[in-house]
Amino acid sequence: MLRRYLEPLTPVVGALAFILIWWIFTWLKIIDPVLLPSPQDSAKALWKGLFEGTLAVDTIITIRRTLYAFVIAVFICVPLGLILGSSARLYRSCEFVIDFFRSTPASALFPLFLVILGVGESTKVAVAAFGAGLLILFNTAYGVMNARKVRQAAARVMGASPTKIMVGVTLLESLPQTFIGMRSGISFSLVIVIVAEMFIGSVDGLGQRVINAQMIFNMPEMYATIFSAGALGYALNLLFIMAERHFVHWGGK
Amino acid sequence: MTAHIQIRGLSKSFAGQILYSNFDLDFPHQKITSIFGPNGCGKSTLINMISGLLPMDSGQVLFDGKTLEKTVIGYVFQNYRDALFPWKKAIDNIKYPLQIAKKSSADIEARTQELIQSFDVRFDLNRYPYELSGGQQQLISIMRALAPYPEVLFLDEPFSALDYEMTLFMRDKLQAIFETTKTTMILVSHDLDEAVYLADHILMLTRRPTRVAQEIAFTAPRPRQTSTLTSEIFNVVKGQCLDIFQKEIKVLS
Repeated sequence: MLRRYLEPLTPVVGALAFILIWWIFTWLKIIDPVLLPSPQDSAKALWKGLFEGTLAVDTIITIRRTLYAFVIAVFICVPLGLILGSSARLYRSCEFVIDFFRSTPASALFPLFLVILGVGESTKVAVAAFGAGLLILFNTAYGVMNARKVRQAAARVMGASPTKIMVGVTLLESLPQTFIGMRSGISFSLVIVIVAEMFIGSVDGLGQRVINAQMIFNMPEMYATIFSAGALGYALNLLFIMAERHFVHWGGK
Repeated sequence: MTAHIQIRGLSKSFAGQILYSNFDLDFPHQKITSIFGPNGCGKSTLINMISGLLPMDSGQVLFDGKTLEKTVIGYVFQNYRDALFPWKKAIDNIKYPLQIAKKSSADIEARTQELIQSFDVRFDLNRYPYELSGGQQQLISIMRALAPYPEVLFLDEPFSALDYEMTLFMRDKLQAIFETTKTTMILVSHDLDEAVYLADHILMLTRRPTRVAQEIAFTAPRPRQTSTLTSEIFNVVKGQCLDIFQKEIKVLS
């Protein structure tokens, strides 16, 4: 009887245990309280930051940069992926370049983009868009290349024009894979934006906030910001999974 | 009466292996022709070339003297799961070829209703294909292929992915459609019973390079029933086919 009532709580058990262990650690002072503040202090810092301080503003700024980068990446790389994927020869000829830059850590490109675009908003967004774009590009191209040929054949037999087949069949057929690319792309974009905010002369954003907290040794503030960044990443991923379920309801079926 | 489909001088090679060489064949009007032959003789390849899904190396195919571009055809694929559009509801799958043909929405609606009535569909067509059973999906495939009043209907092992009960049901459904519409049908089957049961003519093919070994007529009255399968004429015709088939396999070994 009791078990049935507790069943819905299963998913939060891990989180509660995590907080409990954290609390025990700080209570017993196993780790220096300066390095690891208690969960209560961190929660207070988070609360104050969100509702009295500028944590909410910084979070929104980071979201905005991430989304800018993501949207630019989608608009350029989804069509490009469709074109690349529809010709096996074209893809093979570009495969090395794509794989090479995909394997290059995007953070290594910061200095290059700094030289080209200067210290500003555009560099952060551009590097993030570049990294996310490559993920979206090759996933879309793969989706198109591995699309089942039968559906395209079926549309052709029914008299659909090549453009109609491209838009009405191939594009949709590749959508599950494109979504995987977009989901990885937005996570990646967030990572790059936060790193950029830390090191490329930023005055706002979550990345800059973490670094600032570190410099003045304000640990509760730092944990609160890290938690905020984590929650943001989690929320973006969740949002995407929901969008995926709605737009690619047939995926995997 | 002239042939409905006229194939002249068809040649096709795969990787240097000649499959068809200067192949001529006629398909009659308003009949069901079954194509049967040893594995790898190119039964599916043949109907794929006639329906324009595969290019021929050389040769010509005419439908009542017209080219394929000027002819409305229907094609039912073996694997309905790969052939239906999972992003469209069952009913929209049926409407697809009519939309491609730019029919008015009133015409599309009327034709769809007509199909639903003639097939006596009792399940919910507002579901997505993956929510339907295998037999229901293949029924949707057949309805989609028939929607634009095709002059010829190609069926590539249409029932081989269905269980036996569903296969029997679908054979009779197909037969009933044929009796009301008299659409010329070309059926590829791996199952000799099925090939004979449904056909007016059975086209026995040789192994590679493929020729027509013999064309056998099966004149049992329609509608054929389970009792047809045990009738004398059925067994005589099936025996003839089997003889030819076995001769072809023997040449191979």
